[in-house]
Order: sequence, then structure tokens, then C-alpha cells
Amino acid sequence: MHAVYPLVLGALLFAIGLYGVLARRNAIAVLMAIELLLNAVTLNLVSFSAILRDRYGMGQIFTLFIITIAAAETGLGLAIVLLVYRQRATADLGEQRALAEPVEPVTADELSPRNVEAEVAR
Amino acid sequence: MSHGYLSPTGLEIAFVLIGLVTLGSGLLVVTVKNLVHAALWLLVCMGSIAVEYLLLTAELLAWIQVLIYAGAIIVLFLFGLMLTRAPIGPTEELNVRHRWPALIVGLGAAGTLVTVIVQAYQHTWFDPRGAVPLGSGEALGTQLFKYWVLPFEVLSVLLLAALVGAIVLSRRGRDTEEAEA
Repeated sequence: MHAVYPLVLGALLFAIGLYGVLARRNAIAVLMAIELLLNAVTLNLVSFSAILRDRYGMGQIFTLFIITIAAAETGLGLAIVLLVYRQRATADLGEQRALAEPVEPVTADELSPRNVEAEVAR
Repeated sequence: MSHGYLSPTGLEIAFVLIGLVTLGSGLLVVTVKNLVHAALWLLVCMGSIAVEYLLLTAELLAWIQVLIYAGAIIVLFLFGLMLTRAPIGPTEELNVRHRWPALIVGLGAAGTLVTVIVQAYQHTWFDPRGAVPLGSGEALGTQLFKYWVLPFEVLSVLLLAALVGAIVLSRRGRDTEEAEA
């Protein structure tokens, strides 16, 4: 097989993931695009492992490691997104302007006890 | 020299066709307006990448890809979409503001990478069927526990840390709510 096929496929998939990370506004959609990026890299690693045939099996072993790290990253990322959603009632990345926890309650039904206590404490 | 199921030309044709499926579903993942559909197209993309791994003779990795990506991570995404009450129907505001700069960056990255790769590897040919013994479970396990034991153990510590971190992150809110209620 010509070596260009798998490598170009990995490069194009990386570009698609890059577009997705930059263009999407929902946090979970951005996480999906990050998965595309990681898959592009692992596709490159597997094809280089088939091309070079390293005796340490580096390409495929690193792919294994990247898949594991991607699973951990997705779990943690989704936990963070859920926490942000619980505190700010939105998972839209364009709305996240400050790192601090919001002091103003968002709407009446999204009024969390923490926000009420912050208002009372003033 | 092992005999493959496909001839070399058939292998290339199959690789290109499944690569087109991968690219098309990847494009749909980042452009479709319905988030649940995006997650399901991601499933198609991961499955076709697993088939590409099989064609590149990484059989153990192909099954791991199906198990972890198509099995576990997509389910995580669907749960995340459900729990954040993401819009189930099509939403117009998913990507409007940054579309053109992102398109320029994506096309620039694609052009640069493809140019470099074609320049560097245009005379490289390889026979994937010669690499079949490298991707089997036996070979991969031997290499993993012969040369890569320390990264493997560090990775298990990382997984433990991620597990504890996810539990801490998702429990803290409930604890404070209970304490303040």
C-alpha cells in the first residue's frame, strides 16, 4: 500500500477535528471534536507502526496508551462540563466569560442555594 | 509471509473507501446541527477507524477501539448530552460566530499537513500483510510487558486519579446542596 493513503487520512481527520474544536460552541461538541483529533493521531501512529515495523511496537503501544488517556480525559471533561452546567445553567462555551462562580442568579428556576446564600451574605 | 484475505490493490481500494466513510462521518460530527446525531455520527467514525486499524493489521487495537470508543465513550457523550439538557432538536446557534476563522484554520492545517506528508512519503510503499505478527494480542502483550511496563503502571495510576477526580467533581455539588438545603 502506498504510505500516503493512511497518513493523508490522518491529516485530514486532524484538520476536521481542529475545525470542530474552533467552530463548535457547545462544550460536549468540542469534546467530540477532541476525540476526532486524538483518533487522527492514533491513526497516524498505527500506520507508522505498519510502515516502520519497530521492534518495540511503539506505534501500537502508544495508541493503546492514547485510547486509555482519551477515556480518562472524556470522563473528567464531562464531569467538569456537568459541574459548569449545574452552576451556570449553560454548557455554551461562548457564555463562559469568567472563571469565578457566578454571583448573580441566572433565572428564577435556576436559582441554586449557593447563589441565594451569596446574596444573603452581602 | 502470510497470505492476506485481500490482494494489495483490493487492500488499497478498501482502505480508500472506508477512509471516505471516516472523513464523511467526521465532517458530519463537526457540522451537523443536531447534537445527538453528531454523537451517533461519531460512532460511525470510530467504527470505520476500527476497520482501518484492521486493514493496517492492528487487530487487537481494532477491537479495543470498538470496545472503548464505540462502546464506552459514545455512551458517556450521550449521557452528558442528556444530563446537560442539550437541545435535542436542530439548533441554529451551535456554530455561527467563529465558523469562518475556524474554516480558514482547518483548511490551512489540512493543506500544510497534506503537502508535507505527500512531499515526505510520496516514494514510500509498504506491505501491511508483512506486519501481521506485530498487531496480534500475543505480540502486543509481549511488547507491553517487556518494554513498556513502567508507562503501563503510570497509566493505571492516571486512571485511578481520573476516577477519583470525576467522583470528587460530581459529588461536591450534591454535598454542598445537601448541606445548604
